[in-house]
Order: sequence, then structure tokens, then C-alpha cells
Amino acid sequence: MSHMQETEHSSLLDTTTGLDNRKMFMWVFLASECLFFGALISTYLIYRGKSLVGPYPHEVFNIPYTSISAFVLLMSSLTMVLALGALRRGDHRGLRIWLLATALLGCVFLGGQVFEFTVFYREGVSLSTNLFGTSFFVLTGFHGAHVTVGVIILLSFWVMSMRGLVSQQQSLNVELAGLYWHFVDVVWIVIFTVIYLFEAPNIVS
Amino acid sequence: MTTSESHRETTHPTQGKYVAIALVLAAITIVEVAIVYLQFLAGVLVPTLMVLSVVKFALVAMFFMHLKFDHRLFSTMFVVGVLLATGILIALLALFRVIFSG
Repeated sequence: MSHMQETEHSSLLDTTTGLDNRKMFMWVFLASECLFFGALISTYLIYRGKSLVGPYPHEVFNIPYTSISAFVLLMSSLTMVLALGALRRGDHRGLRIWLLATALLGCVFLGGQVFEFTVFYREGVSLSTNLFGTSFFVLTGFHGAHVTVGVIILLSFWVMSMRGLVSQQQSLNVELAGLYWHFVDVVWIVIFTVIYLFEAPNIVS
Repeated sequence: MTTSESHRETTHPTQGKYVAIALVLAAITIVEVAIVYLQFLAGVLVPTLMVLSVVKFALVAMFFMHLKFDHRLFSTMFVVGVLLATGILIALLALFRVIFSG
């Protein structure tokens, strides 16, 4: 194909909606996850600026450092979509390379988060220090847990692919994993803006 | 009955287009980080950052998550979730007088 475009079949499935139930489930699940993270982000914003003791967010946040983490997670979305594209073309080597790249970028993000948490802890911010610590660690901790689950799923697919257990006809399974991974990315887009960038010096002052 | 995965015929972007979208996302991220240090933008920083964030969110959802090319029911499911979450966020912030405090 000159433009490497992929065309899926247009026939209906034997379901009530004519759509694949697994994909429908994934989208409903992601919608419910919006509410989950929406509640956590709301909590953070409600308690923003209400901590009675420090350290305060603007004293510990390192925006350039977090920007690199955000960039890494954004690029992992690209490698994920390239992995799916490779599988749909029947390029299993490409699938393995891009899956591994996505998982590694996820690990880099997680490593960055662990380092950030460690620095915060050393600077006196813990889960029970103040309202900022509690709401920040709960929100970003749950996001990190989601990334960890995503990395495990991606590595599972990588191992399955190495053993020849991922076929072109079963690309939906990888697509569902990709949807989850992209969702984790879009959640971080919101967190990065609302939690980190809103604490920038110009906004705080 | 076939084992097709989509209700309607879909055409996905090329790899080049995916890379182009990723570059746009990276560029927006750079702009986001750069403008928070610009003193003269302080007054419009929050709405600007929110718009840029929404653009990034939409690009990932539409192209990387294929919502632009998939069946509308999937988009509806997700958009309902996003709108509910946004509504709850606004309601809670208003309830706790973080916004609309008069």
C-alpha cells in the first residue's frame, strides 16, 4: 500500500450493537476511569493552597524535570500506535520492537516518578504531612499504578509475541491494550497541566 | 458471521501522520512549559494552558485512540465519561467555593 493505510472489514458482528463487546467494554471502562481520576483531580484542586504547614507545591515542584517525564509518556503513545500498526501489517518484528520501546518509555516515566517521590519525601513531603502531600501522592500514585499495570500488559504481549502467540487476526487484543495506554497518557496530560503547570511562579504570584 | 472488529470501514493514518501528530504534541508541550515563565502572559496563563491541554487530549483521543476513525458509539461512550467527570469537577469546585465564590 502506497500510504500504508489499513482498512478493516465493514461487516457487522453478531452482537446487539454490531460492535465488538470487548472494545465496547474497554471504552465504558475508560469512561469510568475518567470519573475516577476526575474525583482525584477535584480533590487536589479543592485542597490546593489550603495546607497549614509546608512544604508547599511551588517549593518542591521541578517543572522542567516533570516536563521531560510528560514528553516521555507522550512519545510512548506514538510507539504504542506504531506497534499496533506493525501488527496490522503482519510485521511481528516491528510489533516486538515498538512494544518493547513503549514498555521501556513507561519504565523511564515510572523511574522518574519514583525519583520525584523520593526527592519530595526527603524535602519533607509525605502522604501525611499536609493536604498537598495527601492529595498529590494519592493522585499521582494512582496514575503511577495505572502506568505500572500498562507496562505489565505490554511486556506480557511482548513475551507472547516472542513465543508466536500474537497473530495479525487478534490485533484487537493489542488495540485494547493500546487504548488503555493512551488513556494513561491523556490523564497525565491533564495532571501535568492542572497539578504542575498551575503551580508555576507566574500563576502562584 | 465474520470476525471483523469494527462496524464501519475505517482508514487509519499513515505512520508518517502519527509521527507528525507526536511532533505537534511535543511542540505544544514545549510551548506549555515555555509560557509559564513569561511574565507578560501571567493574566491569561490559566485559560491558555487549559486550551493547550484540551488540544493535546483531543489529538491523542482522536488519532492515537482512533476515535476519529472508529464507530461513533465508542466516541459517545468516552465523551459522556469525560463530560460527566468535568461536570462533577466543576460542581465540586463550586460547592467548595474554589470557583464561583463571588
